[in-house]
Amino acid sequence: MSKGDGIYPEDLHYTKEHEWLGVSGGVATVGITHYAQSELGDIVYVELPQVGAAVVAGEPFGTVESVKAVSELFAPTSGTVAEVNGALTEHPETVNRDPYGEGWMIRIKMADAQEVQGLMTTPAYRKYVEDEAN
Amino acid sequence: MSGQASGGAPKKTPLHALAKELGGRLVDFAGWEMPVQFSSVIEEHMAVRTAAGLFDVSHMGEIEVEGQDALAFVQSVTCNDASRLADGQAHYSALTTPEGTFVDDILVYRRGPDRFLLVVNAGNTDKDFEWARRHVSGKVKVENASARWAQIAIQGPRAEEILRPHTPADLRGIAYYHFAETRVGGAQALLSRTGYTGDDGFEIYLAPAASEGVARALLDGGRSSGLLPCGLGARDTLRLEAGMPLYGNDIDETTTVLEAGLGWICKLDKGPFVGREALLRQKTAGPKRRRVGFEMVDRGIGRHGYPVRFEGREVGQVTSGTFGPYVKKNIGMAYVPPELSGTGARFSVVIRERDAAAVVVPTPFYRRAR
Repeated sequence: MSKGDGIYPEDLHYTKEHEWLGVSGGVATVGITHYAQSELGDIVYVELPQVGAAVVAGEPFGTVESVKAVSELFAPTSGTVAEVNGALTEHPETVNRDPYGEGWMIRIKMADAQEVQGLMTTPAYRKYVEDEAN
Repeated sequence: MSGQASGGAPKKTPLHALAKELGGRLVDFAGWEMPVQFSSVIEEHMAVRTAAGLFDVSHMGEIEVEGQDALAFVQSVTCNDASRLADGQAHYSALTTPEGTFVDDILVYRRGPDRFLLVVNAGNTDKDFEWARRHVSGKVKVENASARWAQIAIQGPRAEEILRPHTPADLRGIAYYHFAETRVGGAQALLSRTGYTGDDGFEIYLAPAASEGVARALLDGGRSSGLLPCGLGARDTLRLEAGMPLYGNDIDETTTVLEAGLGWICKLDKGPFVGREALLRQKTAGPKRRRVGFEMVDRGIGRHGYPVRFEGREVGQVTSGTFGPYVKKNIGMAYVPPELSGTGARFSVVIRERDAAAVVVPTPFYRRAR
């Protein structure tokens, strides 16, 4: 089963700005959640940093644009950009189709692996979205 | 998209419950709670370009003008020449200020020699009605009839075939910008071959109580032809591809009809009307800025309010911009100085503090095959 099948995958951490983060060996993969892509609607443009750029937790690292709106992307953790999903340049709609899988955005070499403790767990994020939706 | 919100709780059209039932995502627009999308803006946009889409546009305002001096009144407050309209014909026009700017852009329908219907933007309805009332003279009755009219737009190359079983009207016989007073789905309706998408289609004006039944019948009957319910999101991207201005974004009380590139609705030789002198002066002197269509050369979308820069100086502003789902380009409209308004002229749009190259292209961005 791919991560795209679940609306709230269990093994991720979440921000209040609706980014997700999956950690593996000190590297965090970052994207936006199913809820975020659904709120944005058809995504037509994704602007991401260069490999090697520094990102700071809570600070913008890029931009995502749907037909309707522009939204900033906020880094869930601090560190250095280790990899960027270049496929999104040509196919930004991948973020709508598979936000937790092929629609990932950047990988961050984390400055401090403990930083994820400040983020929401899956049940907490689910409740957060349900509260926001009401 | 922008609209002027009036205070208080948003109003609901007679198709509000249906929009909710169909899964529409509701937003506040110009004081109305309206669906912005049902499935996806791109899917709805493409349905209109390749099959058909159905829109609730009941939020639009209707002002009825009747009486012996109805034509003279319409002539005095609008810039197009309503004396050229025959019964059953409509045209695009504007209510103009003394400065030649837009009180509103409107449609004028001639229902009889002494009987006109003005269709105005939702957010401007009260303002337009007050404006009209203040300019009334002679034997004419001006009434804000908005509450008596719902409006359904069915747009796209298959609109005619989808509509055909629901009306006794000879649809082939209704030419572009003409209308029939007929029945649709059993209800009395003003059926007009007009729209805000750049594709063929109809706008159906009818009693609010009849509108949900008609909308349901059209949606059910049209499903096999690819008809989709569409929201304001697709309405905006469609009108933008078609090069049509949106009041509050591309035109308003600060932009003149000539600056907006709408000289074709400005009949300066028709006799006196509000704003004529200012427009005559501007026509002689030449407008200091012009509305143009542009395509982004660099990546990114130039959106409403983004500055236009040329040789390091800010020279104008983007008024609308989007990804064009059918033309598959990032397109927009902007006001720029005349010397930058020709096809092929290049300038920058400032997107998040970065200059992104754009080029002036002819509008409409999309032109349907006829």
